[in-house]
Amino acid sequence: MRRSGIASFVLWICLTILTLLPVWWMLVVSMRPRVKLYSKSFLIDDLYWNNFLAVLNSSTFLQYLWNSLIVATSNAALVCALGLLAAFGLSRYKIGGGDNVFFWLITNRMAPPAVFLLPLFLLFTKWFVFGDFMLFDTKIGLILLYCVFNLPFAVWLLKGMLDGIPLELDEAARVDGATTGQVLSNVILPLARPGLAVTFILTWIFAWNEYLFAATLTSSAHARTVTTALAEYVSVTGTNWGEMAAMAFLTTLPALIVLGFVQKHIVTGLTFGALKG
Amino acid sequence: MRQSNIGWLFLTPATLILFVVGFVPFIYILYVGFFDWNTNAVDPTLRWAGLQNYRSLVFDTTFLNSLARTLVFAFFVVVSELLLGYVLARALMADRLWGRQFFRTIHTLPIVVAPIAVGATWRLLCVPGFGIVPYYLKLWFGIDYNISTNAYHAFVTAIIMDLWHWTPFVTLSLMAGLTALPKEPLEQAQIDGGNKLQIFWYVIVPMLKPVLLTTVFIRLMDALRSVDEIWMLTKGGPAEATRFIGLHIWINVFPKTDYGYGAAMSLLTLYVTIVLSWLLFVAMTGRKGGAQ
Repeated sequence: MRRSGIASFVLWICLTILTLLPVWWMLVVSMRPRVKLYSKSFLIDDLYWNNFLAVLNSSTFLQYLWNSLIVATSNAALVCALGLLAAFGLSRYKIGGGDNVFFWLITNRMAPPAVFLLPLFLLFTKWFVFGDFMLFDTKIGLILLYCVFNLPFAVWLLKGMLDGIPLELDEAARVDGATTGQVLSNVILPLARPGLAVTFILTWIFAWNEYLFAATLTSSAHARTVTTALAEYVSVTGTNWGEMAAMAFLTTLPALIVLGFVQKHIVTGLTFGALKG
Repeated sequence: MRQSNIGWLFLTPATLILFVVGFVPFIYILYVGFFDWNTNAVDPTLRWAGLQNYRSLVFDTTFLNSLARTLVFAFFVVVSELLLGYVLARALMADRLWGRQFFRTIHTLPIVVAPIAVGATWRLLCVPGFGIVPYYLKLWFGIDYNISTNAYHAFVTAIIMDLWHWTPFVTLSLMAGLTALPKEPLEQAQIDGGNKLQIFWYVIVPMLKPVLLTTVFIRLMDALRSVDEIWMLTKGGPAEATRFIGLHIWINVFPKTDYGYGAAMSLLTLYVTIVLSWLLFVAMTGRKGGAQ
């Protein structure tokens, strides 16, 4: 036992280095002035913040960051609210063809984005147009659109969690004269709060990280998100490595901070569905 | 369980949204696939084309190559992540692992990094002349590693990047699965004198099957559709060495605005995904008499 313990410890040290190396290198490059960029050293020689300042001072990057924040937060909130309702319905009521509905919800997540990309582009630019308002290049468009992959995921997670709340609690509340709305808000909601938090965080990260839809269905600073800013930057300048690294780091940072706070819960959340599946 | 249609009431909002952003586009793309439609052409109107788009697809070698390339990529990625993830899950669960929580946190880190940032980061590492990977491979092992000219190097780098990004997810899933396993069958097998390999294959794998199945499914679908990372790393190059199917559709359809053909490509990709998942499902659940 002891030998295998040491062996796995050594294995983990190596893996930690391998895992951190790309992120570390990104940080190293982002803190190098232009003249030192081609140095092959692994170390940060001096703290040079100009790359970060250059990125933050470009007015559009902050706008993109703000857009991402709005889109990811609204989408996660919407998805949690609707997902909780749907999961409640699926978990507490016998619905004709309920299994089929559940399966249909999930298939939305399985389809490759290519399948939705083209028709949504066409619908957003040609059909979902109401007078002057069209869904193309709006934050609302992105918020609705991210439901395609986030909502099934939320329903899947939350149904598993609601199934774990004993039915007797509902029944007891109903015997005491609670309405369905009261059962939902006074019994289910408090008990499901940890599960809801996990769902919110995971869907928030998915929405924050999404690139392909955002790149295809937006065209201006109105709605472009931070991932598209990074991709745009790479294709426009190509070789300004220091600023590119700083930008990549700034794009990643919010998700990393979130991870730092809720690491334990993310593990539970990611694996919960797998266990129930 | 209350037998009533009230249940539907709760499902309606979610169903409605998914109907609009999921089902309507699907039907619409089915429709567009039967037309010849190019908004940048001389005649930008819809023209009925029947099965012409699909007929051309069968002879489109770029498309078929890219599909085949994607399948090879997905196969390698899923198999290696499963093996690696299992080893790591066991190692992370070792009784005497000091600092387990710390390693878990570090190991989870790549999962939350945006694919687009993963691509950018690996580009920084691997770009010839700038990155440290080509430099030290040359210095220490004398290998001329170059992802912008060598197709194999680019392909392998894409695989390694995916391993870096998603093996942690497999590790976590399997860890959860392994923790939930009942202890009795394992002890019984040990008393009966099974060796490690036998216990693994005849006791652990069957019990782990539901978790394995879900994990493989999720990873397979994601591998078949990964676009962002590859786009940032190599832009699909050199030549078409890393142009996977999602990327192929994306960089082909939008600049060319050849919508009918794009629709047909998307749908064919979806069918391949469905058939593949179905085959996998049958292979994994059917063989042992449905040992779920």
